[in-house]
Amino acid sequence: MRTAFAAWLADRADTDDRVRLLTGDLGFQVFDGFAERHPDRFLNVGVAEQNMVGIATGLGEAGFVPFVYSIATFASMRAYEFIRNGPLLHRLPVRVVGVGAGFDYGHNGMTHFALEDVAIMRAQPGMTVVAPADRAQTRAALDAIAELPGPVYLRLGKGGEEVAELEGRFELGRSITLREGEVMLVALGSMAGEALAAADLLASAGVAAGVTVVSSFTAEPDPELDRVLDSASVAVAVEAAYVNGGLGSCLAERIAESGSRCRLVRCGVRTMPHGLSGSLDFLNDVAGISARKVADEALRGVALAAD
Amino acid sequence: MAHQAATGLASDAEEIRRIVLEQSFRAGVGHIGSALSIADILAALLGSSASIADPADPDRDRLILSKGHAALALYAALAVRGRVSAEQLDTFCGDGTELGVHPEPTLAGVDFGTGSLGHGLSLASGAALGARWQGSARRVFALLSDAECNEGSTWEAAMFAAHHRLGNLAAIVDLNGQQALGYTEDVLNLPGLTDAWRALGWRVVEIDGHDTAALASGFAAVGEEERPTLFAARTTFGKGVSFMESKIEWHYLPLTDELYAEALAGLGGGST
Repeated sequence: MRTAFAAWLADRADTDDRVRLLTGDLGFQVFDGFAERHPDRFLNVGVAEQNMVGIATGLGEAGFVPFVYSIATFASMRAYEFIRNGPLLHRLPVRVVGVGAGFDYGHNGMTHFALEDVAIMRAQPGMTVVAPADRAQTRAALDAIAELPGPVYLRLGKGGEEVAELEGRFELGRSITLREGEVMLVALGSMAGEALAAADLLASAGVAAGVTVVSSFTAEPDPELDRVLDSASVAVAVEAAYVNGGLGSCLAERIAESGSRCRLVRCGVRTMPHGLSGSLDFLNDVAGISARKVADEALRGVALAAD
Repeated sequence: MAHQAATGLASDAEEIRRIVLEQSFRAGVGHIGSALSIADILAALLGSSASIADPADPDRDRLILSKGHAALALYAALAVRGRVSAEQLDTFCGDGTELGVHPEPTLAGVDFGTGSLGHGLSLASGAALGARWQGSARRVFALLSDAECNEGSTWEAAMFAAHHRLGNLAAIVDLNGQQALGYTEDVLNLPGLTDAWRALGWRVVEIDGHDTAALASGFAAVGEEERPTLFAARTTFGKGVSFMESKIEWHYLPLTDELYAEALAGLGGGST
């Protein structure tokens, strides 16, 4: 997704002279193309995420559209107060780009696991949060946010397969349902593939499971999400994040506020991965968000709903 | 107040102090000593630089009050320049006011809101870089407290500005020697502060932070060199009010009726 982002940004800079790219000394080889095409619009500010966001705020006030890039944990949390008191308070079009969703940096350990970035960004009313599912959707999402006057947090997965059924579709503030079912698996961005695999497992167990992909959070309620929660008997949140504050919490809020009778199961990370590292598949399974574990949880939800 | 041309900035500073006392007393809020220590710096900045230009002019100089808790001094300085009205001043710390304890970016004349220490120099560095990228001659001034040099982010920005030779950027550090709970030398001593900025590549100007004429000529020269300027401004906390000067408690205390009268009378003595 980050290579799709880098390519999109290099093209965008051809026609939008407000665009600048700042990195906190990360993105080895990712931005070579951008730097070659737009050498005077690319700046490595050094390992200083707070300062990077502060600089972007100063640039935003002057009329630029700065994209600041780092690993998601550093981009979101090291600089959080600068984001809040900078682009948010001043309503400036700074794009905070964090790479690595959930356990994407699996071998790098807890310091690199982005497990609460979406939760803390979603808490800010002025922040548009975008978490694409694949490269094609990343491009569509960037097109959709390009002219937004306020800040955006963009959470990019590090690798992952294309989600063919999505066909690169993206609509800001509106999730996309790929399959309908009595049990709805609601996946956040990079977990779309895992949710589809879980739906396949459920189908072979005789349970008709649908899949909805949530790729953005805005200040407005998501009408497609409301529709899904209104019609399904069980909703299963599938997110590469802590269970509290992110997508699962968002679904709980909407169910409670709308009076839906949908039963909610939250598949997310429940304990801090203390001293834990490994491959993405290994960590997703340990945390309970692999396709197999998600399918098991969905079946538990079906049993609960039937009680 | 009547201003004579030769002493205009100094009398501006005295008027800033008078407004600080008047409004902090009326509103019953503190941060008085921190505001008084920068009255001369703000008088010189707003009286001598293009900072007073039209807020809608994209090429105006930018001023960032990084020590946002002294916002009352900024409101007073804007009032002295006719950019905040007497009626607006009287809303200071009222419900729904544009003039709170810390400056909000919604107030005309405040380009950047502040209040959390250690943000201002990063904002200023971005503003200065933006001016360079736009080919604008505008300059950027960031006014910091000495205690803000406790914040690591201040040094991130200091390194960045020096590395990129942001000659259109000036930081003014208000060296009043105090912070919220004690003297800086007791809390976190800064003995080599000016040496540290110099070592990073800043042009360091040691200056009397109460000498408005020296400050004004110093600010006028910003932008002439290809490196950022640090004004190490020696100041007296609570300057102009004898019972507040260098007293820790006046970081937070509000004025009583008696002390307000005493403070005003002291200002009339022309201690600035």
